[in-house]
Amino acid sequence: MHELALSRAILQAAIAHAGGRPVNSVTVSVGALRQVVPDSLEFNFSVISRGTLCEDAALDMRLIPARLSCSCGECWTLREPVFLCPRCGSGGASVVDGNQLSVDYIEVEEEQCTEPR
Amino acid sequence: MHRTKVRVASDVLDANTTIANANRADFDRAGVRVVNLMGAPGAGKTSLLERVLIGGLRDFRAGVLEGDIAGSLDADRLSALHVPVTQLNTSPGFGGECHLDANMVRSALGEIDLPAIDLLVIENVGNLVCPAEFRVGEDARAMVSSVTEGEDKPLKYPLMFRTCDLVVVNKIDLLEHLDFSLDRFLENLERVSPGVRHMLVSARTGEGVGALKGWLEGVAGRESERA
Repeated sequence: MHELALSRAILQAAIAHAGGRPVNSVTVSVGALRQVVPDSLEFNFSVISRGTLCEDAALDMRLIPARLSCSCGECWTLREPVFLCPRCGSGGASVVDGNQLSVDYIEVEEEQCTEPR
Repeated sequence: MHRTKVRVASDVLDANTTIANANRADFDRAGVRVVNLMGAPGAGKTSLLERVLIGGLRDFRAGVLEGDIAGSLDADRLSALHVPVTQLNTSPGFGGECHLDANMVRSALGEIDLPAIDLLVIENVGNLVCPAEFRVGEDARAMVSSVTEGEDKPLKYPLMFRTCDLVVVNKIDLLEHLDFSLDRFLENLERVSPGVRHMLVSARTGEGVGALKGWLEGVAGRESERA
């Protein structure tokens, strides 16, 4: 549901770094805890990028599983949204992975230098 | 033509965070603490605010920024209590944004008489997904979850439940008429957001509203973290 707003933010970041060059692909990291629906993000991005430098850009998503670690030493991958330690039951586990929502890099089309030096 | 890789390495919400920080700085300068109040449509956010604000807060003056997709129905209700209310619509017509973001709040700052208040409650658009992602410059986040919504909601909307400092369970006067298991709800809440504070209230009967009022007064009395 928030994919439209997020894809807009991704588009802005990509264009800001493109330096006027057409963008081939945008690589983003999406943590499992962000409740992003990948298909929806891709669809929204394809719609709002029309008529921009990102018009033909592919949105490459790296989906990052949620990993938690507890002071008891337990480290686990979240399969359902339960944040209690499966070993000791503590609620103080910290999220070590899966909170990301970042634009990592873009790939742009570069015109070859035509004037010989 | 050849392709070049350009490093971006920016959080998707960087732009929003920057503006949220600017809002926060403006609120700090005016000595105003801010609560972002969220919840599903119909959870009772406005009704609870009416209940809490009708007698005023102790020692603090409250104002409300009312976020809605369209119309001013909620703002009209709250104005009747002689509380300064600013309406913020997320679109000029229908079908606007489903949440408030930092920039929308920034655009409304000029209309809020900050020196006249100590606490600003920003009532977000009714929605359990999008508002959780967008900080607007608040000091604390609270959400209203009503018992008619079902006990599985923390498991379905973990991002929202985990992002809040307070979960207000509303409409408890209806418990006897529902199959809703309060124990199971609280168990789910604890599994999703261990240790999060909650309170049981009824905007209709007024039960528990004093605790919510106390919590708001606590936020209003906080020293600025930046000071």
